[in-house]
Amino acid sequence: MTVVAASGRVWQRNWLVYRRLWHRSLAFGFLQPVLFLTAMGIGIGALLTPASLEAFGGVEYIHWLGPGLLAAMAMQTATFESTYPIMNKIMWGRNYEAMLSTPVGIRSIVFGELGWTAFRIGSLAAVFLLVLTLFGIVRSPMALLAVPVAILVGVAFSACLIAFTATQKNDVGFSAIFRFVVNPLFLFSGTFFPLAQLPDAAQAVAWATPLFHGVELIRGSILDQLDPATAPIHAAYLLVMFGIGTWFAERNLTRRMAG
Amino acid sequence: MTTPETSTSLVHARGLTKRYANGFTAVDGVDFDVRPGKAFGFLGPNGAGKTSTMRMIACSSPVTEGTLSVIGMDPRTQARQIKSKLGVVPQIDNLDTELTVRENLEMYARYFDIPRDVANRRTDELLEFVQLDERAKDQVEPLSGGMKRRLTIARALINEPELVILDEPTTGLDPQARHLLWERLYQLKRRGATLIITTHYMDEAEQLCDHLVVMDKAKIVAEGSPRQLIDQHSTKEVLELRFDDGVRDSLNGQLDGLADRIEELPDRLLLYTADGERTLEQVNLRKIPIESALVRRSSMEDVFLRLTGRSLVE
Repeated sequence: MTVVAASGRVWQRNWLVYRRLWHRSLAFGFLQPVLFLTAMGIGIGALLTPASLEAFGGVEYIHWLGPGLLAAMAMQTATFESTYPIMNKIMWGRNYEAMLSTPVGIRSIVFGELGWTAFRIGSLAAVFLLVLTLFGIVRSPMALLAVPVAILVGVAFSACLIAFTATQKNDVGFSAIFRFVVNPLFLFSGTFFPLAQLPDAAQAVAWATPLFHGVELIRGSILDQLDPATAPIHAAYLLVMFGIGTWFAERNLTRRMAG
Repeated sequence: MTTPETSTSLVHARGLTKRYANGFTAVDGVDFDVRPGKAFGFLGPNGAGKTSTMRMIACSSPVTEGTLSVIGMDPRTQARQIKSKLGVVPQIDNLDTELTVRENLEMYARYFDIPRDVANRRTDELLEFVQLDERAKDQVEPLSGGMKRRLTIARALINEPELVILDEPTTGLDPQARHLLWERLYQLKRRGATLIITTHYMDEAEQLCDHLVVMDKAKIVAEGSPRQLIDQHSTKEVLELRFDDGVRDSLNGQLDGLADRIEELPDRLLLYTADGERTLEQVNLRKIPIESALVRRSSMEDVFLRLTGRSLVE
């Protein structure tokens, strides 16, 4: 059995569990952006004057916000999926130990889990895009590009977090990840307000962090405003992060599982 | 590297050593051969190195030093091929609690790349074999400990393995569940399967194993069939004596010469002798005030005590 085929089995195991609750997952995936866009896009957006909207590139606030939330959803879902569930399979439920007694190897586990994240984020991003369409935010078929970009954001975060989770002896570190990594990125990656509002130093920091690049690419796709000069840089950042994360995920999981 | 031993043994180990990154030596240069169609046992207390040996055989832990061949292959380079011919029953259950009983077997078959129709048929047969066919659609979590073990054994057989590795298969089970499990494993043996079993229960070792190695402190201290080991390292019978408080301290060698060997345990004395009843008569003749006496046959427990100076289960 090839690594790819074995990865498919790891993916299939997650599907077997998920198929009992997919409708619930997608319903939440629909409801969440509807609530956010209504509260923040319509509620707060209505308070903004035409002059203040200049800062958002002259588009309505809800149009500016929606794509940012999609990118943030990809990060949050990937982070959650790659912490507690992976820890469960390493330690509490020992699923990986069982899989590793079969021809399935560590690399297949890593690829299978990343493939699973890709599927989950992809389906949630498609639902999200549907919501954005219903809110009249989508302008052109270019918006479809947001789905693969969201998947890239998802697997880049997922790979790094699997690498992190593989080094953890308990789940204490996860709350730190959510508090000190995920939440600051959620707030300061140009999701809710333009980075230009921040001091120069803070803008430079944002450029160095991953979610910002995802937000820029997804917003560019959905508003059909991709900048050919910066888009490749954003994509390259995420691809490199994905590559490095995957390498460490395999290395750390090997150290953890095959002592 | 085909020597006479490797061609007839399913697992061949010479100087097999496992040293962990922290410098701890769990297995220290052990030699053994597992013959096809036999039940091979590793007997020893917790921490003797049994599980580390198992994990090296199962290709889930790299060999530090020495030679190891499993089903004629090298775990260093052919782990995937070896694993496809092994069935592993781990010490701690690792069933998939998010799947049903049946799904656990079907999914495991997928990991081995077994075609769906074959997997379905084997799943039916195995659920029946471990007497879980009526629980096929249930979740795993509500099953009893014995049922989970049986399901784990069924799962280990899904790929029709040439070698089944069972790490302490009945630890933590109640007596009834243990006997049912032993009976199933005995059936498995009768079908010609080769089993490797680790245990710290001497009754389990005697019940199931054709050939035993006794491990203690990372080394093999004795090897043979249960009968051979008992013959070699113990007497035919054992007289167990208990005394009232105080009497034991004032024995002052009154038991000398009555037995081949006397072992002092905290709660009783063990007199190793060919004829327990006769020795008891002699004890009575010497008018030594005993509280109670028991004559029994020597067991693996006695072998272990002799070899290591300690009890198996402490």
